[in-house]
Amino acid sequence: MKKIHLQEIDGNSMGYLGLLAFFGAFVLAALGSTYYMEHNGHWVTGMNNQVVWGMPHVFAVFLIVAASGALNVASISSVFNQKIYKPLAPLSTLLALALLLGGLMILVLDLGRPDRLIVAMTKYNFKSIFAWNMILYNGFFVIVGVYAWFMLDRTMKKYSRYAGFAAFIWRLALTTGTGSIFGFLVARPGYDMAMMAPMFIIMSFSFGLAIYLLVLMAAYNWTNRPLGDVVVNRLRKLLGVFVAAVLYFVIVYHLTNLYATEHHGFEAFMLLGENGGSKYSNIFWFVQILLGSLIPLAMIYAPGVANCRKTLATACVLIVIGGLAQMYTIIIGGQAFPMEIFPGMEVLESTFADGATTIYSASLPEILLGLGGIAMSMMVVALGIKVLGFLPQSLADEVADPHYKAK
Amino acid sequence: MIEKTINFSRRVFVEKTATVAAAVTIAPGVFLHQVAQAKPADQAVTSAVRWGMLIDTNKCATGCTACVSACNEENGIQSHDRPATDQQWIRKVKLRDTQTGHITSLPMMCQHCEKPPCVDVCPTGASMKREDGIVLVDKHICIGCRYCMMACPYKARSFAHETVTDQKDYAPRGKGTVEACTLCVHRVDEGGTPACVEACNAAEHGAMIFGDLKDPESNISKELEKHGGTQLRADLRLNTGVRYQGI
Repeated sequence: MKKIHLQEIDGNSMGYLGLLAFFGAFVLAALGSTYYMEHNGHWVTGMNNQVVWGMPHVFAVFLIVAASGALNVASISSVFNQKIYKPLAPLSTLLALALLLGGLMILVLDLGRPDRLIVAMTKYNFKSIFAWNMILYNGFFVIVGVYAWFMLDRTMKKYSRYAGFAAFIWRLALTTGTGSIFGFLVARPGYDMAMMAPMFIIMSFSFGLAIYLLVLMAAYNWTNRPLGDVVVNRLRKLLGVFVAAVLYFVIVYHLTNLYATEHHGFEAFMLLGENGGSKYSNIFWFVQILLGSLIPLAMIYAPGVANCRKTLATACVLIVIGGLAQMYTIIIGGQAFPMEIFPGMEVLESTFADGATTIYSASLPEILLGLGGIAMSMMVVALGIKVLGFLPQSLADEVADPHYKAK
Repeated sequence: MIEKTINFSRRVFVEKTATVAAAVTIAPGVFLHQVAQAKPADQAVTSAVRWGMLIDTNKCATGCTACVSACNEENGIQSHDRPATDQQWIRKVKLRDTQTGHITSLPMMCQHCEKPPCVDVCPTGASMKREDGIVLVDKHICIGCRYCMMACPYKARSFAHETVTDQKDYAPRGKGTVEACTLCVHRVDEGGTPACVEACNAAEHGAMIFGDLKDPESNISKELEKHGGTQLRADLRLNTGVRYQGI
């Protein structure tokens, strides 16, 4: 294994500037959408008094969860001392910070009063898991920021392992908190389960690594830096394990619900599309499970595709789409299913849609705000690798593989 | 003789002083009930009372929306003809028992829980419960995250999806914040009853009783003791301030 050289990218090419302009256009569209939604009020969105969290939250929670997962690569290097992951660690921290920033941007811009962000930062109700999450998000920026600094600064490098350990613990707490936002909602049958927290952690592993791989392959491809198969295949196999683990958690989640009679209605809604839930069950089976889990698994493990970057990149994109679908079924599906306020009673009349399934359709501004968050994350990564040396000059097998033997 | 007179006067003085002192000490306790009924504006709310409501669904008339109209009028709530996003502090619900076929009509609003999930989850503390049990939203620190709406088991809260016009000065509201039934706190603090209860009585249904759940002599407590009352989603152990009869 040769010495690793971290170096900024040039970032002067037309392609690079075009990429920034592309992401910038989406960020501007997101800001425009926010102005439109805040000026008119949220009635212009698809959200209402039944589905109070819509498409912006699907994107925001996905990015926040993925942020924590993107840090995994660095954790494997610092906490579990795997040498092959060491050169990959700085990009992992940058991506984690960028994804969290994008996710929080969406979350804040969708608030009813985004101008009161300072209130959210200064007034805390410590019984609220949401308030704890604000502390966890802010802490993540500080701890991962320090971790990145220790890795990039030669004089501080000796402390990077400790910072990495702190970041590892913190990111587990952060995803536990994010999952618990839903797990702690006792009144809704789709939530109210402690398993939400560990399920979100394993989801973060999968989504974060898929995005990491996409960014890594794109960055090395577009800058013509060598990226060897040893690194890529190691990450590919790890990704396969994570995707399978997410599937396992989804199965256990639904089996648990299926065992409890009180949740049979929700499961029939989500899995069979009964009671007006066909939109959600279709997204669950065809996008989350088939397109977002089973097909990528086949693409990752199929014989003969080991070194095919295009197959891997496609699998990663499908995992991201599947992840967004999973967030959609959890966040939107969980709210669209009517709450049981009057057990044993059928609602004949209500002006407030009691007992009725809500069919939510995201409006264009909501989707643009969500895409703007992703664009913001990618723009930060693109700028980050230009300003600081997050990327090794080469990740060719002879450089990156600690067990490399010249053939 | 003169000395005796002086002694007598001294005794009278001591007795009278003691009486006045005792009266000053005991009076607040004796009159506490009345103080709670009509609280002066400068006096803090106490937990000596807990405001609640009892709804007899057998008296609630199907098709009657007097309580809803009164609430909207009282609190300046206007419809934009968009039911999915309009604010509804109180609504009428018609139910059918799936076993017996019995039809029930009832008004549904914030249940003013003793342990409100909306207060637990609010990140800033804007959702809060007063000492007297009334659950409110502080519109000044509500950031509009809607987590309370996710947490409320009764779908009792609405988000102000549109610009609010013609507000009442005693019921401040604003676009981008969450709102719900205040139990007409502005009336209660002046010794009155909520507008919905008043309207139900005016319509001669008398299906709603408002009062102090902690006062055994109040109408609501007597009625609850005599005929009982049910909490919606009692399994959640939230100890609601609003109770129902006939479901």
